[in-house]
Amino acid sequence: MKLNTKTNFHPTDSHFFRAYRAGDDFYEALIEMHRGLSDELSAKVNARLILLLANHIGDLTVLHEAMGLARGEIEKVDS
Amino acid sequence: MLATYQNPIYEYERSVDQNTDQIPHHPVIIVGGGPVGLAAGLDAGVHGINALILDESDTVSVGSRAVCYAKRSLEILNRWGCAQRMIDKGVTWKVGKIFFRDKLIRQFDLLPAPGHEQPAFINLQQYYLEQYMVERLRELESVEVRWKNKVIDVVEDERKVTLTIDTPDGPYSLSCDWLVVADGANSGIRARMGLESDGKVFQDRFLIVDVVMKQDAPPERWFSFDPSYHRGWSTLLHRQADDVYRLDFQLGWNADPVEEKKPENILPRVKAMLGEGVDFELEWASVYTFTCRRMEKFRHGRLLYTGDAAHQVSPFGARGANSGFQDVDNLIWKLDLVLQGKAKPSLLDSYCEERVAAAEENIMNSTRSTDFITPKSNVSRLFRDTVLELAEHHEFAQLLTNSGRLSDPSILTDSMLNTPDSSNFAGDMVPGSPLDDAPMEMGGEERWLLNTLDGRFHLLYFIEDLASLEPFHQSVLIEMQQQSVPVIPIIVCGEFGSIGSIDGITTLVDAKGLAKQRFDAEQGTVYLVRPDQHVLGRWRKFDLEKVSAAVDKVLGS
Ligand SMILES: Cc1cc2nc3c(=O)[nH]c(=O)nc-3n(C[C@H](O)[C@H](O)[C@H](O)COP(=O)(O)OP(=O)(O)OC[C@H]3O[C@@H](n4cnc5c(N)ncnc54)[C@H](O)[C@@H]3O)c2cc1C
Repeated sequence: MKLNTKTNFHPTDSHFFRAYRAGDDFYEALIEMHRGLSDELSAKVNARLILLLANHIGDLTVLHEAMGLARGEIEKVDS
Repeated sequence: MLATYQNPIYEYERSVDQNTDQIPHHPVIIVGGGPVGLAAGLDAGVHGINALILDESDTVSVGSRAVCYAKRSLEILNRWGCAQRMIDKGVTWKVGKIFFRDKLIRQFDLLPAPGHEQPAFINLQQYYLEQYMVERLRELESVEVRWKNKVIDVVEDERKVTLTIDTPDGPYSLSCDWLVVADGANSGIRARMGLESDGKVFQDRFLIVDVVMKQDAPPERWFSFDPSYHRGWSTLLHRQADDVYRLDFQLGWNADPVEEKKPENILPRVKAMLGEGVDFELEWASVYTFTCRRMEKFRHGRLLYTGDAAHQVSPFGARGANSGFQDVDNLIWKLDLVLQGKAKPSLLDSYCEERVAAAEENIMNSTRSTDFITPKSNVSRLFRDTVLELAEHHEFAQLLTNSGRLSDPSILTDSMLNTPDSSNFAGDMVPGSPLDDAPMEMGGEERWLLNTLDGRFHLLYFIEDLASLEPFHQSVLIEMQQQSVPVIPIIVCGEFGSIGSIDGITTLVDAKGLAKQRFDAEQGTVYLVRPDQHVLGRWRKFDLEKVSAAVDKVLGS
């Protein structure tokens, strides 16, 4: 597995004393990014975020592994 | 009436101060005999400061509010001589478990590493905590507590603060140099002085229930997101002393607090949570909404605001009383130096600066936990639930899971009192950090590092072997103890160093080498430590001038 699922959030160039701090900073920013958006617009913003991050990661092995885990057990609904 | 506890009644006694036409003067008056006011009294007492506590009631907390006390609080309470009794009575725990839809998704250990005297956490009902503090206060000569003394007016002028106090015998007046305000979240004094505590109220309600049951549930914190017995909401289970368990139920904003408090509505909830066939008795219950807010400044002239009067947090993280103890720990040694004329009153501004920064951090963490527990939109609920799903298998999501970031001591990195590092050190014992504990030996007996510090400034001097201490340093270290503001040296020898002693200097052996490791110490490294056990400065080589300059910076000379 090339995909890192260990804790990896960290500040760019400072030091946090508490292990939870960087992740909580991220999570707060993530929720804040959606503030005031309708569900539809939130889905759009999420899609944009995934695309931006995917390009940043770039490594196709990592991306495929992440997609595999994300899809996981979630079943298809036949329409 | 509680089944397991009977509130002590502290009788009102008329004091001599009520029999005079003059206005009697006290150096320090503390308003409020809750955990934080009592703490201020204890710290004053161990410093030998004359202080008077006024409380409007005549007993300890009615029903329990606070339950969890953190390692740092126990270290502070230990300095005041009352931690052990609380630990003996309370329930020691360090493991937290988080469940999502009945499945265990995360388990965490709160004690960072072995080799600390105090446990990570104890659980103890707030009334026991307060009772033990009151009883310890009786042993301290310089502090008096007056029950049924309600402060109804406060007037400050340039030279003093004058109080009007209502009692069963009618009102009387007192004046003081410094007023420690610890009258709780709805501080009447804060309002009287036209000041506010600003922040936000969370749109959610929580039912808090204490039940008595004979069960051997492990002493752990169990937080459940979306459990089958309370769908869509969260619950918390915690064991306390006397077979009392604390149960929290998230109810949502639309719940009716009056209805929810009725036993006929509480019982089914508790039964659903504990399962059929578990015998229990209701002890106490209440419905809360939670608030995160603080005053802009904690010092206003001669008034020093502490505890819930100064700042308030939601209880996820147990940062209320725990941070109040740190306020007092921070304040009283400064007040002592100011009262003795050894430091300028402006030292008290550092109390405000340091504890405002701490309150900000506590509010930030409590707010984040509350937001995680109560998502405010569809998308935030989606992210929340997805984090919880992923947490079952992935470490990163476990750490994002936020059911409360349990109280940790504030690291005062930005304090104006610190002397910044001039050499490199590894680890987290930076200036502003509370000192880590470590197991030691003294004269062949085991003891703890923090327990060796006594509420004065200290200099930890690390050395491999006693024989390698420069004779010149030895005489300087002895002289430092005789200064008007003494700095008490403690020599910490390496684990393989020679055992022995130097007249007039405390010598410890770093029995397991843990102090050396935790402080990244080398031969000759020194740490200057404040009376509240926070690091003030550190150097690779002892230099009296640098140490003195660091102390002078605190005193403002
Ligand atoms: C449900 C719940 C759970 C909690 N859990 C925790 C926890 O696990 N850990 C934790 O650390 N904290 C917890 N807290 C927070 C904790 O209870 C408070 O932070 C703590 O009680 C604050 O102490 P205090 O002394 O500042 O104020 P208070 O406890 O409110 O005490 C104020 C005192 O001032 C007195 N007083 C008021 N006005 C006057 C006056 N005019 N004259 C004289 N006396 C006056 C009152 O009689 C009272 O004794 C919890 C709170 C709640 C509600």
